[in-house]
Amino acid sequence: MAISKSLNVNGKQVSIQIDDPEMPLLYALRDNLALKGPRFGCGLEQCGACTVHIDGKPVRSCVKKLSDIKAGQRVVTLEGLGTPQNLHRVQRAFIEEQAAQCGYCITGMIMEAAALLERNPAPTDTQIKQALQYNLCKCGTHARIVRAVKRAARYA
Amino acid sequence: MNIHTSRRQILKGTGSLVVSFSLAGPIGEALAQGAAAPKPVALTEVDSFLAIDAKGFVTVYSGKVDLGTGVRTALMQIVADELDVPMNNVNLIEGDTATTPAQGTTWGSLTIQAGGVQLRNAAAAARIALLEEASKRLSVKPAVLKVTNGVVSAGGKRVSYGEMIGGKTFSLKVDHAKPPQSKDPKDFKLVGKSVPRVDIPGKMTGTFTYIHDFRVPGMLHARVMRPPAIGAKLQSVDETSIKNIPGAKVVKEGDFLAVVAESEWNAIRGARLLKTSWSKSETLPVQAKLWEHIRGTKIAKDEEYGKVGNSAEALAKGAKKLSATYDFAIHTHGSIGPSCAVAEFKDGKLTSWSASQATHNLCTQLAKMLGLTPENVRCVYLEGAGCYGRNGHEDAAADAALLAKATGKPVRVQWSRADEHGWDPKGPPTLIDLRASIDEAGNVTAWEHESWIPQQTPNGFLVPLVAASLTGLPADEHIAPGNIFQNSAIGYKFPNTKSVCHRLETTPFRPSWIRTPGRMQNTYANECFLDELAAATNSDPIEFRLKYLDPADKRGIEVLQRLIALAKWEKRASPRKNVSGNIVKGRGMSYVKYELVRTYIGTVCDVEVNRTTGEIRVPKFYLVHDCGQIINPDGLKNQLEGNVIQTLSRTLIEEVKFDRAQVTSLDWETYPILTFPQVPDIVMDLIDRPSEKPWGAGEPAAAVIPSAISNAVFDAIGVRVRSVPFTPEKVKAAMKGAA
Ligand code: FES
Ligand code: FES
Repeated sequence: MAISKSLNVNGKQVSIQIDDPEMPLLYALRDNLALKGPRFGCGLEQCGACTVHIDGKPVRSCVKKLSDIKAGQRVVTLEGLGTPQNLHRVQRAFIEEQAAQCGYCITGMIMEAAALLERNPAPTDTQIKQALQYNLCKCGTHARIVRAVKRAARYA
Repeated sequence: MNIHTSRRQILKGTGSLVVSFSLAGPIGEALAQGAAAPKPVALTEVDSFLAIDAKGFVTVYSGKVDLGTGVRTALMQIVADELDVPMNNVNLIEGDTATTPAQGTTWGSLTIQAGGVQLRNAAAAARIALLEEASKRLSVKPAVLKVTNGVVSAGGKRVSYGEMIGGKTFSLKVDHAKPPQSKDPKDFKLVGKSVPRVDIPGKMTGTFTYIHDFRVPGMLHARVMRPPAIGAKLQSVDETSIKNIPGAKVVKEGDFLAVVAESEWNAIRGARLLKTSWSKSETLPVQAKLWEHIRGTKIAKDEEYGKVGNSAEALAKGAKKLSATYDFAIHTHGSIGPSCAVAEFKDGKLTSWSASQATHNLCTQLAKMLGLTPENVRCVYLEGAGCYGRNGHEDAAADAALLAKATGKPVRVQWSRADEHGWDPKGPPTLIDLRASIDEAGNVTAWEHESWIPQQTPNGFLVPLVAASLTGLPADEHIAPGNIFQNSAIGYKFPNTKSVCHRLETTPFRPSWIRTPGRMQNTYANECFLDELAAATNSDPIEFRLKYLDPADKRGIEVLQRLIALAKWEKRASPRKNVSGNIVKGRGMSYVKYELVRTYIGTVCDVEVNRTTGEIRVPKFYLVHDCGQIINPDGLKNQLEGNVIQTLSRTLIEEVKFDRAQVTSLDWETYPILTFPQVPDIVMDLIDRPSEKPWGAGEPAAAVIPSAISNAVFDAIGVRVRSVPFTPEKVKAAMKGAA
């Protein structure tokens, strides 16, 4: 019944057993691969908590079907962006700005911001706010998040 | 018990995040010798709150939990400072009914004010005992002893905490009514400092374990399937409709329905595909007529607050009379991570892991539902997404408990977005009438506040569990919106005042508390209406407040004076004169002393109102805040920013939508919240009073936001908005009504 699917996640080639080729990537990452970075927030492409990068672009993993991920595409999660010992500059800036309350939305914020800085190394406040406008936060951490992204831009 | 998480990557099957338990946590050594007695949890025992092991490592047990506010770090600071040990020699265990004292629900911005002070008392008692012991061992007077990093020394002699207490219990009482002398505030090294939060690095790198990440070996995943209408009965379930989904099984008890499977996705698919039929049920009022419905609801009892003089008589005699009605919509908590819980049922004992803000209460409720004695239920807190009150965490815990019992396996329940928006308890609708009179000289002679809000049943704050209600198992019948009468009375010294709260028998949805419950709604109506009085007497809003504040309340007056300076407040009456153009600017303010007895907060906000579209933009807030002793200034700022932004969202945008059957705003499209482009600048002046009590901070700031916005809108366009949320349609309608 189960079928194998091979994925490139955080620089490693892995193979997982799945029952449904249309299963969203989020569940493969969280349940099959035990990654905690990508988070379930809505499953509806509305909040951004599940954001990962596929070939460097931010993608909502809660609606990205495994069947739509092609061989050779590179999936990067929060864990693959940087580690506690080797932080990505956006993670470092978020820690320095203490840009979290509950932090549940922060995965999405960091992944989205990292992608923004690749496209636009020195964004203005308005550009940061636009880039993050589809990432929701209910704790009201927005002001700190914007400051953290600006700080990360300085670490280029 | 401490939880050690070991993450293994298993590239097959499901549920690969394995968590094991060990009785020997960091305090293992300390407790090993006295292992015969279970760890005490009584509020009167020092050992209930802390333990120190042979290496001097301190484990703190807190019944109050973090809930994503960062208060965990502040609690650790309090203890570390009191004991003079470094932060990284302190570990905190939260909300475990087996090991942490019952310090009460984590609510009301009381974690530091009540919980933290109890921890400080316990640590102070421990410190005194340790110094006495050191004085004996080193043969010196306690007064000459110094403590550095958990080592007590005097004149070249030294002994560490670990050497003295490691492996032993304190066996000491602590009396919170007569607390032991704590350190002199001038000697604080960590308290008052912006110590970085201990949880943040893990949250930024995906190494932090939320309840959503917690796994138990052999665990099943479940999705609940709620009735499509409140009160609908389950008529039939076609289990064959999911027969092609591997391992998916239906669990049904009364109107409680769930699909379990070994893999999460199969449980989700099962719940999506399962064919069911339900009876029709229409129990809700028509939303367009909500306020008539509320006004017409049967009153359970009337409560009176802040009665001074005879307001009715004075109102009748007033030269000028004013009255207005304010309403505040039903809100959902809207946690970004929907509620989640894990439960395991073994040998007649239930263990429940959830992000509950009240694990001790939850323990009682789960025991009642499943017919267990509370001793056979253990509830353990693991952090969830921010909940801002009593959201669905406890209900998810009940779902998981029921399913663990039914399946005989550990079960993880993850609510969907629609489950959360539809079935978390709601912040109830609030309707408030205000009346006042002014004499010929322009002095306020009477003030009346009359509200229609749900009752709080007297026997406790146990919001009924959805699973218990749906199955028909023993449930708590409480209506528990919290102490929402708070701040219905005012602190202004008018000669005749009265607040009457009509406590209603019912309210459309299961109510609970959402950040600043009642205090926000009451402060909104009171501070807006006060602004109406200021305008009616052609007074400057801050000066008007200062005129009526108790002159002995110096801290409140200082907050307002500092607010004038911070916001560069220009003294004048509202509304602004000579307004032109389509987008007009205005400025409003608001002030409250929280619950009339603690934290002071004053705010000024700038708004821009688009007179064509009715849209309100709020570019800037100024806040002055006095919560007494500040434990962690950056943590406080973080909470204040969060409360302001979240309340801006609630005030301008949020409203639960419903038809006669059920909530219809089941996602972020139909229940939108504030997004980045609307985020204001926030400028703060935090007053720190190191030798005062540390009062609650966080939700008091939310109390003043809706009124400040409404007052600023009036300042801009000369029209009052009196119905939250202040949608463009309502602003346009108000302008039309005034024209
Ligand atoms: S969980 Fe994917 S966008 Fe919300
Ligand atoms: S920090 Fe809690 S949702 Fe953003």
